[in-house]
Amino acid sequence: MIGLEWYLGVSALLFVIGVLGVLTRKNAIVVFMCVELMLSAVNISLVAFSSYMGDVHGMILVFFVLCVAAAEACVGLAIVIAIYRNNITADISKINLLRW
Amino acid sequence: METFFFVFVATFAIGTALAMVLSKNTVNSALFLIMHMLSVSGFYLTLNAQFLAVIQILVYAGAIMVLFLFVIMVLNMDEDEQIVTRVNFKQIFALVITLVVFAQLLYIAGDYSGILPDLSQQEMIAVGTVEAIGDELFTTFLLPFEATAILLTAAVVGAMLLAQKNVNVEDEEE
Repeated sequence: MIGLEWYLGVSALLFVIGVLGVLTRKNAIVVFMCVELMLSAVNISLVAFSSYMGDVHGMILVFFVLCVAAAEACVGLAIVIAIYRNNITADISKINLLRW
Repeated sequence: METFFFVFVATFAIGTALAMVLSKNTVNSALFLIMHMLSVSGFYLTLNAQFLAVIQILVYAGAIMVLFLFVIMVLNMDEDEQIVTRVNFKQIFALVITLVVFAQLLYIAGDYSGILPDLSQQEMIAVGTVEAIGDELFTTFLLPFEATAILLTAAVVGAMLLAQKNVNVEDEEE
């Protein structure tokens, strides 16, 4: 049996890769995909804890996280399309309407 | 065998995640993310969470990523930006933040020991079955479950409203 700390380590590494992507990439779609990466990294550690504690509640939480991630991707991509239609760009560094 | 499978899945997951972040082409990024989601469901299988493994493939690799690829196709974006042309202040700052977050996560993860109960293999397998999750989901968590249905409906309606052509603007132009 693999120790819980390995799952937590992999989960932390994947989360950090997601953070790096969100901070450095400029394409709005790729930023969204990095957010999905972070969500699934957190899901891994939730499932790991749930399995090692013998408690089903962690998995229920992962189920709801999946539902919310689906809703978030749906609305987020619609916003990207709306912005693209108005500005003809999906580059988030060029969308600076509210910048002072 | 189990260790080998874990190492294989972990390498695959980290490799595809890095490839996704570093790949120039948006479509390649999306395809790497699909492979990453498949390897995450491999993690769930090693943790005896069969139900979530199936749901992960269905919802993420199936539904969400098809939506992503569809939007990439609609927006018609290909090679867009150079990832790292010159190292500027912003990227160094991002790297520093990333390392700090990673250090914090590892610090917390190394601190858990001593609270885990002693479970037999049989008990661990019993946690992640469809039966156990469904039993809990339709008794204790029935209200959140129904709220999720409303949330998904609201999200779909909201997405349609956001992505449709702005009817009022067109009327004024005509």
